[in-house]
Amino acid sequence: MNIDWFFILEKIVLISGVLVISLVVAMYSTWGERKVASIIQDRIGPNRAGFMGLLQPLADGGKLFFKEEIIPGNSNRFLFILGPSLAMVVACMTSAVIPWGDTLTIAGHTISLQIADINIGILYIFGVVSLGVYGIMLGGWASNNKYSLLASVRAASQIISYELAMGLSLIALLMMTGTLSIKEIVEQQRHGGWNVLYQPLGFVIFLVCSFAECNRTPFDLSEAESELNGGYHLEYSSMKLGFYLFAEYINMFISSALMASLYFGGYSFPYMDSLGLAPNLVTILGTVALFIKIICFLFFFMWVRWTIPRFRYDQLMRLGWNYMIPLALANMLITGAIVLYRSTH
Amino acid sequence: MGMSLQQIVFGVLSIISIISALGVILSKNPVTSVLCLIVTFFTIAGHYIMLNAQFLAVVHIIVYAGAIMVLFLFVIMLMNLNAEIEPQKRNWLKYAGAISGGALLLVLLGALREADVTPIQPGAAEIGLISNLGKTLFNQYVVPFEVSSILFLSAMVGAVIIGKREA
Repeated sequence: MNIDWFFILEKIVLISGVLVISLVVAMYSTWGERKVASIIQDRIGPNRAGFMGLLQPLADGGKLFFKEEIIPGNSNRFLFILGPSLAMVVACMTSAVIPWGDTLTIAGHTISLQIADINIGILYIFGVVSLGVYGIMLGGWASNNKYSLLASVRAASQIISYELAMGLSLIALLMMTGTLSIKEIVEQQRHGGWNVLYQPLGFVIFLVCSFAECNRTPFDLSEAESELNGGYHLEYSSMKLGFYLFAEYINMFISSALMASLYFGGYSFPYMDSLGLAPNLVTILGTVALFIKIICFLFFFMWVRWTIPRFRYDQLMRLGWNYMIPLALANMLITGAIVLYRSTH
Repeated sequence: MGMSLQQIVFGVLSIISIISALGVILSKNPVTSVLCLIVTFFTIAGHYIMLNAQFLAVVHIIVYAGAIMVLFLFVIMLMNLNAEIEPQKRNWLKYAGAISGGALLLVLLGALREADVTPIQPGAAEIGLISNLGKTLFNQYVVPFEVSSILFLSAMVGAVIIGKREA
């Protein structure tokens, strides 16, 4: 048997690193969310735990861990536990195909800062996104509570509706770049311009749909506390509730990384090839650039949440089916026409 | 050691897929059946990947696990089917099912016993990769492809008409 142990070790280190970073970013997104909310609402925000409240996420996590865990008597115990676990696992799975940076060369080995550069990267993301609904549906149903069930049905139909427009907006991008590998899409932007310049409408559609896919305001109808008493995680307590809330922040982080990679050049930054620095240093700077882009997107997610009120459910559905999908189809048609024109002239 | 990495993965995938497929038909709770079916789809997608048909694997997951099974779950959850209210089948129905299933197994065995299947080398064929698949679909099989797209379109129009009638 011939197993490349260095390869396996490299991948294990990379996977653990990406998971830890996702969790830490998600943790500090909760802190960021409170700070952004407090700035927008002219308050101070968390400032007791540590400098500027920086230890607040640890305090929150500790609180959730030590809360009493309640499983409703008439619920399906196995599915009740499976729900938040699935939500968390699916949220962490997408990070496998995102290129977090170019290659590093350490002691003669070339290490790609991407866990798996598969040639169907974007389809993989669609597969994982379409699975995201199971955690919410199972949790809502297993709680044996009508409010939870209503919320999970809302969430499922919302995610299915916006997946369509999201897919159509990506098809336009694929027609332009001609590849399904996210790494290659980033490399093309490194040498050409950022895709957002060529696909502005596609980017806007993708952005709106990712708000809907992450259940973020103004699309957080599945956790509308004024009508549903809290939504699909109504019956959850302790760390199971924490998993649901945490999965939302991981999803936000991953969609920000995805938008940065697909439309804003990923780990590339202007003049990165003409600085004349060592390749390893350029790679590290590129990863830093990617994270700056991600933080900008995360801030945008929060900014919108504390600025725009929630839609009504029929408005949400009308926006999805009557505006987003026709717009995405038109975008696809225009892109197709331009690609055809440029390939024949 | 006589086994390669591929054989180990194949064995694990096959065992999981057989166990979860049995779970689909043996479990009393319909939601558990659906979940077992989803696991089965995943293992079958794993087999596709081992045959280097990545596109087929991912589409299999998107369409079956991601869309169709969600609708199954919807229906089961909204009708609130439980293990307690599952109807008891009549005895003669069980016997008839067992006999016809056994007969089908016999026919399949008889048909496949003499069949000569050339083994596919896992990982050798490049046909499953997406660019090759696209070129084949749009050059060699463009007419069947378009015909099936018209079939989908008519199904979509039908669904919209049925949905409109109530409102």
